[in-house]
Amino acid sequence: MGKKILITDPEKCTGCRLCEIVCSVKHDGVSNPALARIHVVKWDNEGFYLPMRCQQCREAPCLAVCPKGAISRNEALDCVQIDYERCIGCKLCVQACPFGAMGWDAERGRVFKCDLCQGDPQCVRFCDMKAVDYVEADRLGCVRMREAGEQYSALLRRFGRG
Amino acid sequence: MALNRKIAFIDLTTGQTRTEPIPLDWRRKYIGGRGLDAYLLYTHCPAQADPLGPENVLLISAGLLVGTLASASARTHIMAKSPLTGLLGSANMGGFFAPELRWAGFDHLVIRGRAEKPVYLYLHNGEIEIRRAENLWGAGVYDTQDLLRRELNDPETQILCIGQAGENLVRFANVMTGRKNAGGRTGMGAVMGAKNLKAVACRGTQSIAIRYPQEALEYNKQIIDQVVSTKVSQIMQRWGTGFIFGVTNTTGLVRCRNFQYNQLPNSEDIECENLDKVSIGLDGCFGCQVHCRHRYIIPEGPYAGTYAQGPEYTSQGAFGAEVGCRSLNTVLVGNHLVNDYGMDTLEVGSMMAWAMELFEKGILTEKDTGGLRLAWGDDEAVIELVKRIAFRRDIGDILAEGPLRAAERIGPQSLPYLIHVKGMSNLHSDERPTPALALNIAVSSRGADHLRGRPAIDLYNLPLPVLERVYRNPDGYTGPLTNRYSEYEGKPRMVQWQELVYMAVDSLGVCKYHTVFLSPNHPQFQEFARLIYLNTGLEFGEKEIWDIAERCYTIERLFNLREGMTRKDDWLPDRYFDEPTRLGLPVARGKCIDREKFRAMLDEYYRLHGWDENGVPTPETLARLGIAEPKPAA
Ligand code: SF4
Ligand code: SF4
Repeated sequence: MGKKILITDPEKCTGCRLCEIVCSVKHDGVSNPALARIHVVKWDNEGFYLPMRCQQCREAPCLAVCPKGAISRNEALDCVQIDYERCIGCKLCVQACPFGAMGWDAERGRVFKCDLCQGDPQCVRFCDMKAVDYVEADRLGCVRMREAGEQYSALLRRFGRG
Repeated sequence: MALNRKIAFIDLTTGQTRTEPIPLDWRRKYIGGRGLDAYLLYTHCPAQADPLGPENVLLISAGLLVGTLASASARTHIMAKSPLTGLLGSANMGGFFAPELRWAGFDHLVIRGRAEKPVYLYLHNGEIEIRRAENLWGAGVYDTQDLLRRELNDPETQILCIGQAGENLVRFANVMTGRKNAGGRTGMGAVMGAKNLKAVACRGTQSIAIRYPQEALEYNKQIIDQVVSTKVSQIMQRWGTGFIFGVTNTTGLVRCRNFQYNQLPNSEDIECENLDKVSIGLDGCFGCQVHCRHRYIIPEGPYAGTYAQGPEYTSQGAFGAEVGCRSLNTVLVGNHLVNDYGMDTLEVGSMMAWAMELFEKGILTEKDTGGLRLAWGDDEAVIELVKRIAFRRDIGDILAEGPLRAAERIGPQSLPYLIHVKGMSNLHSDERPTPALALNIAVSSRGADHLRGRPAIDLYNLPLPVLERVYRNPDGYTGPLTNRYSEYEGKPRMVQWQELVYMAVDSLGVCKYHTVFLSPNHPQFQEFARLIYLNTGLEFGEKEIWDIAERCYTIERLFNLREGMTRKDDWLPDRYFDEPTRLGLPVARGKCIDREKFRAMLDEYYRLHGWDENGVPTPETLARLGIAEPKPAA
């Protein structure tokens, strides 16, 4: 089995924010979007919803700026992870992340980010639309192609093959 | 904790605010949301208060499970004395306001008095500010939320507000959040307008601790699977509530041309399948996997390009069947306008249909309507009428007064055509072929309304064992039950049961599509008990939740009795008894309600609730439910 990656599809998202809540409950035992590792950015005047979360970068800026080497890549999981033993809470990573995916828990005084729920992402499990999905990386192209192909083939079937 | 949210008392006259914890005792007796609101209204609103006066008490709340891991725990409840009926006012809406209210630290707002100038409330992490809103006055629902988010410089702010209809004291103005979530019924928007309260904005980052997080996560998954495994949820996930219009219209259960027909023939254009043309996707309330409404763009006409949400089956009724229109665009535009002006789509549709029938009968003429010809199926006239109601222009000013006051102004000859109960219009459904549904609208504690106690699953003619499983629990009911919807026997029990299950979900803050409303297999008392336990740690048996719902429903009854309601108000308009239906399938054609049998149903219904033959709770019932307040004079 190939490595899996987390993907999002705004076309499918209904904006329900269940993904945010299951995330904060899973990690912190509380319902609080401010602590969720995924956040649904909404353009309410257009009805456009985009779930945003850590991209698990290969050249991760958070990893690069960390003065303590507390951030590393877990290659098996294809995940950027935090070692709280080393973290000094300087928040440089929070400022470095271009996606805003490194959070700061003011109450506990520590950073937090998506850990892919150690391979069983709860946002994916709960999203019936599969607007967030966890798919094998080497099959991603295939999945997208089939989805796009479905629209195209529907047209072909409707209007003939040209 | 889910139990540490506060109650805030806000006096708009003096500008004083005070917050207090919510006693655990209240949770055990009223749960929260609508149940606790009912208690608060009964105890805080002075008898015979002027609904549009400063003495009326406006309650805004989030149910006990809002924001937790309970599927679709999204609901805001709003209560006050109703300017439409003079009785209990109560409205409920989805969206994202209620969870944000809880993250901001609050569960219940008790708002009294009246601000001198327009204001809005800003609640954030335990703080309450009363802020000036002169710049918002005059703005519609969409713009108000936009302007406030800009002013507060925070697009995550959730806002509950009124549109122009609420400002203009249209007696069925609603309270809105988002593009289409409407606390629609009983004119709660007019109460806000009268208080000069334009909006409540909130924003919070306070955690709601889940008592048993891992178990709650697993159980919620189970509940979601239970809900989305039913056919009706799957249909809704795909088509939205619009499908209900199609099936009920086909049967002949839809009011057409006010109350002249029970079906709109050739309705293809406004059927839900057609919405696909304009839909850009479905939309979910907080935490919901049913996502029952569309996001759409109006395709043509003066509003082309406008983004709106819905339309629900009620708008297909209001801007379709009731007024005899058949244009999808009219439904889309009408739905958009009522949401932006902030008016109850059901009431608007009914008032327009009534006016059109009066016009047809010559009771209203162009002289009364400011030159507007109110002809059936005239799309332009319908849209124009919506605007005139919102801005109270000529005939709109009369209709904005709601059924009974409008009839008073037009004259007694208009009364027989009014389809209302307790001064509130019914939605677009026709209950003549369905005695159980007819009983529900007659006795509902907020006037003609399906969301108070409609036993919608009665329409499925389900096998008796399925009904027994639902309706015998949790109090061991042993009386009759019947499974054909044309029957009268056993129906009062269905109505009573639904009233209590809806009271329970409204107190928990969960959506009705996630309980026994459209499916017998959706969660109910037993599941509620487990959800409450895992999320909050509070232990309730299913029978205890039933008892709480009974207590709260009885308090709503007491409020209505105190404000002057009598048995006579639990009754249907004469047309239900005297005019048989003309169209539809054989089960629905040639039907009307039998007066004597209906009377017997009403008696039985009172008995089940422990109320006497006048509908007054007996001393034994009050003692059993531990309702301490003195019984008001009957
Ligand atoms: S759970 Fe899925 S549909 Fe809901 S907001 Fe998250 S990504 Fe969107
Ligand atoms: S079923 Fe519809 S109204 Fe209910 S919570 Fe889901 S999206 Fe909201």
